[in-house]
Amino acid sequence: MDPLFAAGSFTGYVYPNETVLPWSVLIVVYPYLTGLVAGAFTVSSLYQVFGLKQLRPVAHFALLTSLCCMLFVPTPLLLHLGHPERAFNAVFTPHWSSAMAMFGYFAGFYILLLIVESWFVFRPYMVQQAQRRKDLLGRIYHVMCLGSYDLSDKAMRYDRKCIFALAVTGIPAAHGLHGYVGFIFGSLKSREWWSSDLMPVIFLFSAIISGTALLIVLYVLSCKLRRAPIDIPCVKGMGYTLWGFVMFTLLLEGVEFGSLMYKAREGIDMIVLFVTTRLVIPFFALQFTVGAVTPILILSFMFWRGAAGRALVAGITLSAVLVLFNVIMMRYNVVIGGQEIAKTGKGLLTFPWEFFGRDGVLAAGSVLIAPFLLLLAMVRLLPPWADGHEQDKAPA
Amino acid sequence: MDEKEPFGERQAARRSFLGRLGTAVAGGAAAVAASVLPPEPTRAAADAPAIPAIPGYDWSKHHWAFGVDATKCIGCLRCVEACKAENEVGADAHHFRTWVERYVYLDGEDSARVDSQADPVNIEASGSEGRYRFANRYKDAKVDKAFFVPKLCNHCTHPACVQVCPTGATFKTDDGVVVIDHTYCIGCQYCVQACPYGARFFNPKLNVTDKCTWCYHRITKGLLPACVEVCPVGARIFGDRKDKDSPISKFIANNRVAVLKPETGNAPNVFYVGIDKEVS
Repeated sequence: MDPLFAAGSFTGYVYPNETVLPWSVLIVVYPYLTGLVAGAFTVSSLYQVFGLKQLRPVAHFALLTSLCCMLFVPTPLLLHLGHPERAFNAVFTPHWSSAMAMFGYFAGFYILLLIVESWFVFRPYMVQQAQRRKDLLGRIYHVMCLGSYDLSDKAMRYDRKCIFALAVTGIPAAHGLHGYVGFIFGSLKSREWWSSDLMPVIFLFSAIISGTALLIVLYVLSCKLRRAPIDIPCVKGMGYTLWGFVMFTLLLEGVEFGSLMYKAREGIDMIVLFVTTRLVIPFFALQFTVGAVTPILILSFMFWRGAAGRALVAGITLSAVLVLFNVIMMRYNVVIGGQEIAKTGKGLLTFPWEFFGRDGVLAAGSVLIAPFLLLLAMVRLLPPWADGHEQDKAPA
Repeated sequence: MDEKEPFGERQAARRSFLGRLGTAVAGGAAAVAASVLPPEPTRAAADAPAIPAIPGYDWSKHHWAFGVDATKCIGCLRCVEACKAENEVGADAHHFRTWVERYVYLDGEDSARVDSQADPVNIEASGSEGRYRFANRYKDAKVDKAFFVPKLCNHCTHPACVQVCPTGATFKTDDGVVVIDHTYCIGCQYCVQACPYGARFFNPKLNVTDKCTWCYHRITKGLLPACVEVCPVGARIFGDRKDKDSPISKFIANNRVAVLKPETGNAPNVFYVGIDKEVS
């Protein structure tokens, strides 16, 4: 029979109950997915609200990406719960003092907002398809139109107003959602590694960089798959956005880390030991050097040298891949790393890796991949390329 | 909020109201879902009792507290075994409602060497994960100072675990005990993270969070918690602070007591005598 729990080994002294680490790699995936949602929405808003015309080719794609990721955000939580069938207890009888109790409301509101905004954005395409197609798909588009077939100038002006209002509302909603995820960790006074007022802000900015990086990678990939030309100014615009936000995120993380070390409160000896031994590879080498410093150097070099064309796209895409890696390592170092430092301040634990099982790497990996499979289907149903008017040119 | 209204009633009223609200909002969705998914009966719908249905017990007349006299503890670990037996805690080295820590200062060392009965060396000495003893691991060393410290849930006045629980499944009763409704807990383990004392654990059989309740099922019948009952040296003291003659009232009155990690602001209700600077 499989053991009911996996216990981690430890050095020094840890409380006996600490040897079973409460949160697994699924809880690493949860803030990562939420971050992608907020980041992708930011890119969409930069076009819809702030009028960054450069980002037009990815604006609608960003919205769909955000929606697909958001639909899967509750999945890692549900898989992790001891009683997932009771999940709605937190929604129907929320305990108002709990940060976690707000999740259902935040997430529900935001999913609704994304669906409504996507509906307005893709309404012209759905109407067009509903009127043109006579097959089953045509009927599906009919249903999706919800009886609204008016594409007159007046109706379109109204739609644009609604999209703008929703995009404006979505900015605090998306960023609030992710700042709140940071608050879940930062507000806990039981763990020195988490207990930081900067945590929500760091989560927020790392979300923005992960979403922007994801869109760069997905956009370039989609152009390759569709054999469509890559819009260089668009990629360059996203590259600049990524560059700025990565530098700011790095600065915030540096301030937080420096503050933790400088304040050197009780338990700091164990944190220093943790940082200088276990975290050398995952934090300093992978998250900091490979995931943050390297992309900043690549992007700085290319913008300085005025790189263009394929070299620019390749450099920005490589940087984006590294930033995506940076953020998942950041989530890992926060969620798992935080639990590896014992609450006693006198010991270190080792996270027991599991591959199979509900909390294992396989489950977490599947949850991480699932939104992109959905996105693959969604871009066929609602082509987001250049306002959805080029969909007929795209291969089926 | 009305302070005179019993917590249980407030809890029940809140759940009932929100349950109805939630039901109304989700009505449309539920109608569709009902045909496919069997609905989870909510606590609100089941109308939770306003106060615990314990005959002859009025929780408003008690205020329970716990004392530990570390100068008396001999580290026999009968308390740990009694607790496991009484509360059906898994017989393994990773789940404890109470445990005992050993602090040993060796000659020439500035900080204590700490272990508990769950340490692999001690488990090896006992020969079983269900039976506990402290191995005589310092027999060849020169020991400057050594003592034992029993630990358990502190049933804090401002419990961080209760604050973070998303459903209110864990709550503080009017008589001062922090308990968990195992039929309502969703098993998110946020409370396990929030407890600075490591007092909570995830019960892998019930898939909910678990912890010490000061043997609520016993104290509400006039009995002592199991660990207090079996302690052969009186290192564990329990009683009602509303009764000035109770053992705990006298313990607090006659000693200079300390609490663990007061800087957290949780205001623990387990009071210690005879602990050292390194105990936290």
